[in-house]
Amino acid sequence: MAEIIIPTPLRKFTDNANRFTTSATNVGDAISELTAKYPGLKEHLYAGDGQLRSFIKIFVGEEDIKHLQDTKTRIDEKTVVSIVPAIAGGKSLPSLSAKERESKRYFEYQRNVL
Amino acid sequence: MNNGQFQNIQFSKEELERYSRHLIIPEFNIEGQRKLKAARVLVIGSGGLGSPALLYLAAAGVGNIGIVDFDKVDASNLQRQVLFSMEDVGRPKVEAAKERLLGLNPFINITTYDTHLNSHNALDIFKDWDIVADGTDNFPTRYLINDACVLLGKVNVYASIFRFDGQVTVFNYKYPNGEFGPNYRDLYPEPPPPDLVPSCAEGGVLGVLPGIIGSLQANEVIKIITGLGEPLVGRMYSLDALSFETRIFKYRKNPGNPLTGSNPSLKGLIDYEQFCGIPKKEEEVKRGSQGVKEVTARQLKEMMDRHEDFQLIDVREKYEYEIANLQGELIPMNRILDSIDKISRNKKVVVHCRSGSRSANVIKALEQKYGFENLYNLKGGILAWANEVDPSVPRY
Repeated sequence: MAEIIIPTPLRKFTDNANRFTTSATNVGDAISELTAKYPGLKEHLYAGDGQLRSFIKIFVGEEDIKHLQDTKTRIDEKTVVSIVPAIAGGKSLPSLSAKERESKRYFEYQRNVL
Repeated sequence: MNNGQFQNIQFSKEELERYSRHLIIPEFNIEGQRKLKAARVLVIGSGGLGSPALLYLAAAGVGNIGIVDFDKVDASNLQRQVLFSMEDVGRPKVEAAKERLLGLNPFINITTYDTHLNSHNALDIFKDWDIVADGTDNFPTRYLINDACVLLGKVNVYASIFRFDGQVTVFNYKYPNGEFGPNYRDLYPEPPPPDLVPSCAEGGVLGVLPGIIGSLQANEVIKIITGLGEPLVGRMYSLDALSFETRIFKYRKNPGNPLTGSNPSLKGLIDYEQFCGIPKKEEEVKRGSQGVKEVTARQLKEMMDRHEDFQLIDVREKYEYEIANLQGELIPMNRILDSIDKISRNKKVVVHCRSGSRSANVIKALEQKYGFENLYNLKGGILAWANEVDPSVPRY
């Protein structure tokens, strides 16, 4: 069974599971299985046009699937598939409401500290 | 890194004693120490990542260190920002940091910038430094630092954390042949939109994690200065501190990179808040005809579909709720002022009734009497929902 590693920021959509095992034989099928089990994950991985979001990378081993056969990249029981999002720090103002964002913009967005 | 200028660097007896554990490493020796003393490293952010990075860079003998930070030390920083002490609370971070670092190593120079880094000052601040170490906590500043480094040809040693996850890599590394390694925009072309993960609702960070990751960042800086080992160029180190699994991910130049790709479109710095989808003031939610902030039925549906974290309050009567409801929390209008503690102040709250009139009045009362700022009226109420979103909902 291949294994998909779920990063911390996305675990809220996987009932806190940090990995998912699959018998799929390519990356696309494996991710489809994952999003079928955790439907809330899908919109965070894919944009409306079905493309992988530009702040998410999927690696098979050390390699970006874009430089392999993309979603057709073959996987087997030894494969580790990693979903790797961009992360920016310990504090995430964007999750606040628009009003809160506005009132805290100067103190938070320009904040150059952790 | 220092173009041979380090050759003339001299050390006092005290310095030679201080750095003796470096000097006796055969690969490092006095030449490595000279390179450190000649180096100019700018650290952006003196917080969780900047604290360990700065301490180790200063201790190691990096001769010229710049610190950019506009913030003051807060008690909540001390959980992870080991550069500061209780007596520093309330002081400008750059001031407290400089004092601490010179106390640790008086043989180095510290330059401070007690300012917000922005598109207007970044190029001017960066131009005098060899290496930039990014220890910031937000996407706009990270893209700003990347772009400024690329425009000026500076190497950007990147470290980032989220809760239990850490990432380290080296962007825009300058090879001896003058070519540059890939940069942040090659790895992640665009930041996440503000309301989508991974900028997710719950932030937070395990205090020791920036200690680990910031130290690795300092290690990369020292490797680059001394030329020792293989810098993390085109490779990103990733740590999951909970499972203690580390991985290396490879990335390469992207022809579509707007700065360094085959058809570059960016020639200077931009508005990074706008780039990251952060609305400007004038784009903020306008108040509707009833004098309260509004969402339409379709917008509410989108919020639900996105699993956005918000509270939905239904201020109709119980009998109305039984006819049709949106599974909101039922707090009838005449009880709402006695139920203030049930209304969130930390997230968006959508209030609705049948047609949008009662809920608008409820919002006005809550805003005026209790200072709520996070309330939104469902425009047209559940009737609008029935008309625009779900025709199966009875119109009554």
